[in-house]
Amino acid sequence: MPDFCGIQLEHPVINASGTYDAIAARKVFGEAVLEEFPFSAFVSKTITPEPRAGNEPRRIWETPAGMLNSIGLPNKGLEGFLAEDLPRLAELAVPLIVSVMATNREEFSRLVAAVEARDEVAAIELNVSCPNVHSGLIVGEQPSETEALLEVLRPLTGKPLIVKLTPNVAAPEAVAVAAEAGGADAVSLINTLKASAIDPVARAPALAAGHGGLSGPAVRPIALQQLRAVAAVTEIPAIGMGGISCGADAAEFLTAGATLVAVGTESFRDPRAGSRIANELETGVYAAPSRL
Amino acid sequence: MTAPFGRRLCEVAANKATGGYRIFSLLDRDGPTPAPGQFYMLAGEHSWGEDGGRPFLPRAISVAEAARAKEGVRLDFLVEAVGPGTDRLCELEAGEEVWVAGPLGNSFSTPKQVNPDAAGAVLVGGGIGIAPMAIWRRHLVERGIPLRVLLGFRNQEHSGGLDELFCAGGTLCPDVRLASEDGHAGHQGYVTDLLATMLAGDDATSAVVYSCGPPAMLEAVRALCSEHGVACELAMESPMACGFGACFGCAVPKVDGGYLRLCVEGPVLRGDSVAEVAHA
Repeated sequence: MPDFCGIQLEHPVINASGTYDAIAARKVFGEAVLEEFPFSAFVSKTITPEPRAGNEPRRIWETPAGMLNSIGLPNKGLEGFLAEDLPRLAELAVPLIVSVMATNREEFSRLVAAVEARDEVAAIELNVSCPNVHSGLIVGEQPSETEALLEVLRPLTGKPLIVKLTPNVAAPEAVAVAAEAGGADAVSLINTLKASAIDPVARAPALAAGHGGLSGPAVRPIALQQLRAVAAVTEIPAIGMGGISCGADAAEFLTAGATLVAVGTESFRDPRAGSRIANELETGVYAAPSRL
Repeated sequence: MTAPFGRRLCEVAANKATGGYRIFSLLDRDGPTPAPGQFYMLAGEHSWGEDGGRPFLPRAISVAEAARAKEGVRLDFLVEAVGPGTDRLCELEAGEEVWVAGPLGNSFSTPKQVNPDAAGAVLVGGGIGIAPMAIWRRHLVERGIPLRVLLGFRNQEHSGGLDELFCAGGTLCPDVRLASEDGHAGHQGYVTDLLATMLAGDDATSAVVYSCGPPAMLEAVRALCSEHGVACELAMESPMACGFGACFGCAVPKVDGGYLRLCVEGPVLRGDSVAEVAHA
């Protein structure tokens, strides 16, 4: 049973934020979702201070061994989440991690303080892949911005703080070191890689937003190397993710230094991928990758 | 009725050409009988996301017909090969297996559920979109609900499925009228010409309209129904990675702002709930 920042988990497989809506899944598949929940902890979709409708479609595009998305963080906002979604997510039998994002330290503080006050929440993940409206810099791309944000948020909560690292920097390990210095309890990586596709028939960007984030097995080797680099220079636990689709993939991430692994895109293909991967990890039954 | 949790393998029972399309059948031993309008996420067990490349994500396909068989439910799907996923589905051979999640999404409402004063139903299908109209038509016929069916095609090649889904004993069902852009069958022009004529008379304004087809056709149906004050339900399509509310990819703009997820709030939407059917 893995111990993650003092939280005991049944197995090391959780979901990546924004890739599983447990409330919608329960409506579609019924109570089996609660009884056989695929993940050992549930990470919410990112919550922002105010409600967001999300981006104009088209939002997704299949790519070789993966997909692009530019969903735009649709969510009910802090108040809607706390009032409507949190009570229902609390019915899950697994610890709840709430992902939050804001564009300035005051709003980030409001989110963290509000989530800190809820006993249903086991940990908080900080989605820092957004610009700071004051500096214009993407917080998670700058070690100094990341450390400064953590220094503001750290005193506000006793719950574990996880920093979700962006892969869209030359040295994510520098941001991880800054997060650790600022008081983060863990890091999670990787978020999606900035990427785009062109619809060759329309001769126009495939996504309405022009670009999006790449996920799926296509990103896995990049994610593994970033995880290795981060694990080499930090003491805090890491949640590794990026294209994990089977037990063998998860074993790679655990070997490279992850305490937990997260599954995202594979859940779209297999709604119970989390359970399947956890089972494959536990039994060690998975094919050795071909060397030819 | 919820879908079995997760995906399961179903055997391909048959796969044959119909016009420019294929109609293939799966034997679903574990799932419930789907309701008209529902869909499944389908992916071949093999040659699908294995060695990377495409197809990678499962494909959302509406069910065209379903029948209880001895060993499970036979599910029929009408598919046109238009990309790597549908190419692969069209190549499936009997005995191969397919990953299936579903039935997913909502289903059509009866005319009386939509409008207590409704006297009957008008079904408008275009191209590959005739598929969900077939299972819905059968349900309405079995319940004795008066109906008219209007089907439109670009040309003969794109009228695949018509013989299998709307004919009995080799003859077109008597409630079905056709339109074709090339004039090879029925009215030469759009199927929405037939709908416009019908709505202009007084025999259809007490009906509820149900439609599935290409976005331009659905938009024309939505606009015509709105103009005549006739309620309609549209079975829509949107890029979808998961089918169960996880990916947030299948966003459709709502009439009052914001978006809904077509997989869990659709695929059947009331015409007055969508702003305009976007050209995906």
